Amino acid sequence: MRRVLVAVVVTVAGLVALLSFKTHMNSSERTVGSPPSVPPLLPGEHALTGRAIRTVYGPVQVRVVERSRTIIGVNILQHPAETTMDIQIGQFAFPRLVGETLAAQSARIDSVSGATYTSNGYISSLQSALDERSALGKQGALDNRA
Amino acid sequence: MGTVVSFDVPAAAVVGGSLEAAVRWLHWVDRIFSPYRPDSDVSLLAAAEVTVDGCAPEVAEVISACTAVRLCSGGYFTAAPGGVFDPSGYVKGWAVERAAAILSAAGSTSHLVNGGGDVQCVGGRPRSALSAAGASGSSAGSAGSSSGLPGEEPWRVGIADPFHRGGLALVIEAADSAVATSGTAERGAHIIDPHRGHPAAGLASLTVVGPSLALADAYATAAFAMGPARARDWTESLPGYEAYAITENGDTWQTAGFAPHIAPA
Repeated sequence: MRRVLVAVVVTVAGLVALLSFKTHMNSSERTVGSPPSVPPLLPGEHALTGRAIRTVYGPVQVRVVERSRTIIGVNILQHPAETTMDIQIGQFAFPRLVGETLAAQSARIDSVSGATYTSNGYISSLQSALDERSALGKQGALDNRA
Repeated sequence: MGTVVSFDVPAAAVVGGSLEAAVRWLHWVDRIFSPYRPDSDVSLLAAAEVTVDGCAPEVAEVISACTAVRLCSGGYFTAAPGGVFDPSGYVKGWAVERAAAILSAAGSTSHLVNGGGDVQCVGGRPRSALSAAGASGSSAGSAGSSSGLPGEEPWRVGIADPFHRGGLALVIEAADSAVATSGTAERGAHIIDPHRGHPAAGLASLTVVGPSLALADAYATAAFAMGPARARDWTESLPGYEAYAITENGDTWQTAGFAPHIAPA
């Protein structure tokens, strides 16, 4: 059965955003070219580049690196870096989000209870990267109203 | 600021439009219940600009459900945690549970909806999806959380480790169950003990597993506010719901019926 994951951002309860993702299983892989200033891909690796998501602080864009349909890395291509707060977010929040992505993947789990995150831009861009290989393409797209 | 709600659904739900209906429902809930929207029913009610009769009927439903949990928790759950009407502590789990029910009503027997870390599972996950992931090991047929149909196995839901961001404290197997976690890990001390008016102390994370996400979420919030000693007795007394707690010191305890929910390592 082909399955699809979508994420929708709402302000229910005004809580912070959750990172929750799942790769699309029955989908044709698609390699996206390596952007500049990120590590080169090794043989057998594929990169999926997310859309640049505009946030109130500036654009956020991520790239997912996979090997054999397993996420092995997430590169932050763009994030806001103009203010001290932005830099703190870059140094603290993004590594944490990347860690969560990898932990969730390696534990072979479907979902995480109890983890909420503020970084809608990260999630949105990550989701769009994963959507790159969704057989359902635009139907699995993100509805972001943050 | 918002909550991300993610859906894991069969493709038929996309084609048939029930996923779209579930997403429409969440946006509707947001319009009616968000305390961050000045024109929401909840905001207008909190400001005494309307009465309950002037709100969507679901507002009365939520108020009555909050009252029931307040009474059964000895007042540790309240729809006015900061003294102002704000039923968010109930609404998120309730809205996610109902989004899952919309998919069920349209015929899906296997889906998972996660709203801000509160997870409602329906049925199990298709077995083919796991093998496609290329992972080793098997959790098939493990005790406790039997999935209904052959070709399915329980959903695997990780509980975030409150002390190691990005890590998991435990993995739960859930079929036809909800998993809700209250904790300090991501948002700091944000759960208020309504009896003292201070942030609750003593627990780092408390997870409740049971059939309804609305109740599991509200129970987790109430138990967290109680602190470790009272929470343990109270969660043990809840029929159909089991709890797993991690204290501020890193100790853990669980209710008598929780063990079968734990995924084999």
